[in-house]
Amino acid sequence: MVNPLDFGTSPDAVQFRFRDDALVEHGTVGVDAALEQTNANAVRIEPGDDARALLPLLDRLALIEVNFPGFGDGRGYSSARILREAGYTGELRAVGEVLIDQLNAMQRCGFDSFAPRQRLDETDALRAFAMWDNVYQRAADARQTIADKRHEA
Amino acid sequence: MYQYDQYDQAMVDARVEEFRDQAQRRMEGKLTEDQFKPLRLMNGLYLQLHAYMLRVAIPYGTLNARQMEALADIADKYDRGYGHFTTRQNIQYNWIKLDDAADALADLAKVEMHAIQTSGNCIRNISSDHFAGAAADEVTDPRPYAELLRQWSSFHPEFTYLPRKFKIAVIASEKDRAAMRLHDIGIRILVRDGEVGAAFYAGGGMGRTPMIAPLIRDFVPLDQVITYAEAALRVYNRYGRRDNKYKARIKILIHELGAAQYIAQVEEEFAQMLAAGVEPPREELARIAAYFADPVFRHPSEGWDLEQLQSQAAADPSLRWDDGFGLWVRRNTHAHKAAGYVSAVISLKPVGGIPGDATSAQMRLIAKLARDYSFDELRVMHTQNLVLPHVQINDLPALWAALEASGLAAPNMDTIEDIIACPGLDYCSLANARSIPLSQRISQRFADNGRTGELGELKLKISGCINACGHHHAGHIGILGVDKKGLENFQLSLGGSEAEDVSLAKITGPGFDEDGVIAAVETVTDVYLAARTDGERFLDTYRRIGMEPFKEALYG
Repeated sequence: MVNPLDFGTSPDAVQFRFRDDALVEHGTVGVDAALEQTNANAVRIEPGDDARALLPLLDRLALIEVNFPGFGDGRGYSSARILREAGYTGELRAVGEVLIDQLNAMQRCGFDSFAPRQRLDETDALRAFAMWDNVYQRAADARQTIADKRHEA
Repeated sequence: MYQYDQYDQAMVDARVEEFRDQAQRRMEGKLTEDQFKPLRLMNGLYLQLHAYMLRVAIPYGTLNARQMEALADIADKYDRGYGHFTTRQNIQYNWIKLDDAADALADLAKVEMHAIQTSGNCIRNISSDHFAGAAADEVTDPRPYAELLRQWSSFHPEFTYLPRKFKIAVIASEKDRAAMRLHDIGIRILVRDGEVGAAFYAGGGMGRTPMIAPLIRDFVPLDQVITYAEAALRVYNRYGRRDNKYKARIKILIHELGAAQYIAQVEEEFAQMLAAGVEPPREELARIAAYFADPVFRHPSEGWDLEQLQSQAAADPSLRWDDGFGLWVRRNTHAHKAAGYVSAVISLKPVGGIPGDATSAQMRLIAKLARDYSFDELRVMHTQNLVLPHVQINDLPALWAALEASGLAAPNMDTIEDIIACPGLDYCSLANARSIPLSQRISQRFADNGRTGELGELKLKISGCINACGHHHAGHIGILGVDKKGLENFQLSLGGSEAEDVSLAKITGPGFDEDGVIAAVETVTDVYLAARTDGERFLDTYRRIGMEPFKEALYG
């Protein structure tokens, strides 16, 4: 049995959060355990987990942590989009090796809270979030794409 | 051709500023070299043997005269006065200083160019048919689809940290001039029952484990192409191997899963995504396509056809119809969809030269010729040559004379002198052997022995290591440089093709040293000349008689 205190990311590590609701502490169980426990409301996903396994539970989940053990492993971006496409509206937290130059893409994939393993320079991070005035692709955020702007009635 | 609007321009400008900021944070020590590396790679900056190399994207190989002149200026200002055109229809500079990189990117942005995603584990520059928009045999111009894919794949938030690099090619004729089925995704635009759509192939590639892409969907309607591509990429991003970089390409995933299983997963994802709605609005494709409208061609009565050209040129001895101008016309021009026009190939393979290299002076001359004779359009071929896509036939004598005067009129397209070679050990930190000197010696040898013409179409491709940047798996004759106990050694292979008759070459047997492999190439061409029947290319003869007669002659 994993000690709950050793699992997930401390809420103190949450450096950026774009939500108004109360902070949920941390993901207390992994995907397999979440499927067995009917009361868990905070789950942690590892890169190899299938985010779709959580779809039946989305109504009762308030926090999903997606772990990035290494910044070069991009599976978590797909996990995030799958959860948002399925209608998940709770907190989606990127944890682990989350770097300045990834914040923007993560946000576009549906992450709305960020708990980097090493705290990021605040000024650099805010500039990175605001770097792109325009976007080419539809993604998990509601941003109007360049193509949409071009063809506005 | 396509022109940026305010949005496209804003995106490349923002990217330059982002990179300046990243380079600054690297200098300040806020980014480790490990963290900075993927960022510089996604801006086209490699660390090579001697210096940084900058790879500039030329989307689907199309550019105009102003852009070619800007490439010449970059060669002079930041490099050593030349550039190297690559098998990905891009250009590379080999002697860039890291401090200059952001300024070079800013210069590119001024002419609607960039180096975005020319390296790194992301979707790379989209390649296409170098005769697109001009070829007599295409069903439509594939470039609007390639541009739609360029915009979709640029800064894609989900696919920037893929298991490995990802290359996409788009063609629109039965002839494959883009090695489409040797790409991670190959798309062929076609017409079925009167409707235009896309056939998707996936999991092809060269490298250390060459594979030919299987068909994964025979028809995707045009208003679902981006959605289908996104589904195919998502399955790869989630399940492609990340434990071993040599097994991380999509070809390994599809090989291990089986195509049927991969297809099933993509279809499931595709159905979900159709509901989520990721496709750009339909009008966007129409907007892009308008930029690729044909130029206003002159009426055929205002020019010549090829017969008239021949009779005019034969009357002018200075043109040398048999071995000069006429030879160039026969070898280096391609049938055009408009009567009275051809596409003209400018060979960057002078005998004994470095395949794909062009000096800044040559680039400027070629830009001028594009303005004078080809509606301001140029193309880069994956064979490391350039194309003037729309040349009126009666302009060919003047065009040839200008090229001839600058050493750019080598009449050798698709011959044994038209060698594809990677940069090899002269530049590349991965290489085991030098490809460039070998290609120089082979083209010189066949120019000297006078066999080039007799051998006809013969595609020879050289890679300096197993990563196969020189496409040796797809050569009618392929040469792979390896390291054998500290000495350069060359393996010979036969029977590959990157075209619509795609196949992978097979190794003949034990390798050779540099002199030995040149002799071996001559030997296999002797076998071909002795065994061929009328009209057979080297590749056809090899396929008919098999490897044995070649082995016998080489090792017997």
